[in-house]
Amino acid sequence: MDLAYGEEYERFREEVRAFLAEHGKDAPPQFSRGKSDAQSRAWQQLLIERGYAARTIPKEYGGYGAEPDVLKAHIIAEEFAKARVRAGHIGDDRLVPTLLELGTEEQQRAYIPPTVRGEMRWCQGYSEPNSGSDLASLSTRAELDGDEFVINGQKIWTSGAQHADMMFCLVRTEPDAPKHQGISYLLFSMDTPGIEVRPLVTMTGDASFNEVFFTDVRVPASQIVGRRGEGWYVANATLKHERGGLGDPNQAETRFLHIVDMMRNETIDGRPLMEFPAYRDRLLKLQGQMLAMRFNGMRILSHAIKGEEPGLPRWIVKLNGCEMNHQMAGMAIDLMGELGVLYHGSPHIRDSGLWQQRYMLDLGLIIGGGTAQIQKNLIGERALGLPKELKVPPQA
Amino acid sequence: MEFGLTEEQRMLQESVSGYLGSACALTRVREAAAASDTKPADVWEGLAQLGVQGIVTPEDYGGVGLSMLEAALIAESLGGAAAPVPYVASCVMAPVALTQAGSAAQRDAWLPRIASGEAVLGVGLTEQIGRRESAGIGVEDGRLTGRAMFVLDGMDADTFIVADNDGAMHLVRAADTDRRALKTIDRTRSVAEVACDSATAEVLPGSVANREPLLATVDAGRIMLAADTLGAAQTMLDQAVSYAKERRQFNRVIGSFQAVKHLCAEMAAALEPCRSLVWYAAHAVRAVPGESRLMACHAKAHLSEVGRFVARTATEVHGGMGFTDLLGLHYWFKRIGFDRQMLGAPEIVREEAAVAQGWIEA
Repeated sequence: MDLAYGEEYERFREEVRAFLAEHGKDAPPQFSRGKSDAQSRAWQQLLIERGYAARTIPKEYGGYGAEPDVLKAHIIAEEFAKARVRAGHIGDDRLVPTLLELGTEEQQRAYIPPTVRGEMRWCQGYSEPNSGSDLASLSTRAELDGDEFVINGQKIWTSGAQHADMMFCLVRTEPDAPKHQGISYLLFSMDTPGIEVRPLVTMTGDASFNEVFFTDVRVPASQIVGRRGEGWYVANATLKHERGGLGDPNQAETRFLHIVDMMRNETIDGRPLMEFPAYRDRLLKLQGQMLAMRFNGMRILSHAIKGEEPGLPRWIVKLNGCEMNHQMAGMAIDLMGELGVLYHGSPHIRDSGLWQQRYMLDLGLIIGGGTAQIQKNLIGERALGLPKELKVPPQA
Repeated sequence: MEFGLTEEQRMLQESVSGYLGSACALTRVREAAAASDTKPADVWEGLAQLGVQGIVTPEDYGGVGLSMLEAALIAESLGGAAAPVPYVASCVMAPVALTQAGSAAQRDAWLPRIASGEAVLGVGLTEQIGRRESAGIGVEDGRLTGRAMFVLDGMDADTFIVADNDGAMHLVRAADTDRRALKTIDRTRSVAEVACDSATAEVLPGSVANREPLLATVDAGRIMLAADTLGAAQTMLDQAVSYAKERRQFNRVIGSFQAVKHLCAEMAAALEPCRSLVWYAAHAVRAVPGESRLMACHAKAHLSEVGRFVARTATEVHGGMGFTDLLGLHYWFKRIGFDRQMLGAPEIVREEAAVAQGWIEA
């Protein structure tokens, strides 16, 4: 056990803090929606210059070009989260690593630099109405016609499709092959004729997801990443990044501190909520879970520094982290009681209705990115070695 | 930055677990429990060869002088084997109390004998955490009168460390008290009720008008109970998983059913982060003293909750067999149940955690 980061890293942390103190005020709001704007692009450019965004992307592709350093990346994420300043990005944290690993040089040069600068926005075309948890059963077809693929079908849950310039998409190109071996990975512009985006309004009242329909959408055959029929493996090369990202313990810590403030400041009959043992005990239970996940995160980090696969400690992050965030949002609403149901613009509203928004959104996150039940299958099968469920033969 | 065990720590834990795996398998646990033997001489001897009794006792006193983290790793191994060993009070709490509050003469007299396994000390601090009935001990002219309930390792001990009503700790010989066994669900560890009627005692001078040594002793005990629960729950989970891989119904192993698989996954998801929490709490005692009380409280409370969940769920995965005596699962089930209540049940300990971080006044 050695919890010290060492002099080099402490100095690095000081640099990040000094940067945030000086420039944090120039950052765009935490979550901006819509097309990329000038402020966001300027912020991203500044972060890349300082090495706080696109850190390990090679310079020739518009990144900062540093050697991978897990601990520095961790420090950057931690300090930006603490300062509640919007962090930089590498454009799209699934697409860019995929292209770096498996794209042609031409694809890398065409797409990575504008993506990293924030000028080219992507959406992910994976899920379909009948292929959710069983993603590999997807049925959107792409048939080769001369030197073009012709795409027909439908995607759903496509975040940001209404604002995206491009899509990376899984399509079935070999209908006769076993399901995992018949998929290809294509890149195309959202302006291609035959694409229709329809917003999908969720329980929060927002339309952050979409349905995307394809009717005879023609895409040059050179827009494939990897070979025909290998799309499943191309997508999975980076799917692991997404799974690790959901359920990040930093987010739970920020929420927890917010709830502690609320317990001190909100009152019932003039008494702060912190004086009510039932609320206090519930808060302390959540703190125990949160601490366990914080230290679990440190354990994962230690493995990552050494280039080791953490195994079980990582397999549980999405399941536990999303559940914990959801419980925190639920607790915040309960603390507010009647005030907790006020929404969008009501008098007396607290935090602009943020907690109701989160409570619903978190349920979406428990379901999205691999449902809680799929996570339990993965933990059971991959970490505990339990056998897969017997396959049911397809019905005639 | 390295959040994990060193090679030496891993080897220590493997050697203790390995020894218990052969010398203290379930059949031995059964025999000891049937004979109400909570300190089988052969197991006690074998552990002494590995330095278990002196793990936290300073080297100057014949101990191994290691930290709470090594002590917690041993507690985890003992919990994993449901081993009948008076460890928590005698091997960890008593040395902490003596090291922090004992006089030079008391340390000389007791620490080497604890470390060698020759002496066993019971520890009775329950009344300083949450008094039940009218227990408690008063002091007059240095003599103790009153009762200490739930003295840990109390039936194996020849001497006790008990707290008086002001929180000062005293050494009192079992022969100078009226001791009786409190029979608990857990037959692998002993608890005594110790009654004193003007009993001769020696105060630990550092604990007079200074609560810190008592609190440090309780913290250490809580971390050990948390680690014990971690080990016991891990054993139950491992057994549930292997049973789910073997047991067949409807022409398939039951672990292939999601209903069963998900119970196993839920146990693993709840238990795995507990390992990191216990490691951190144990490490913090020396390395992050400002956080150590809070972390000891959370380790104790959180492991109690997860332990209960795993104990009942692992039993359930075994179906009817889990409910029988045949598999012996209940030894771990009861061990976890015991750990949960000693030195403060979860609600009590969480309330202390609220005080420790300044949320409320004590």
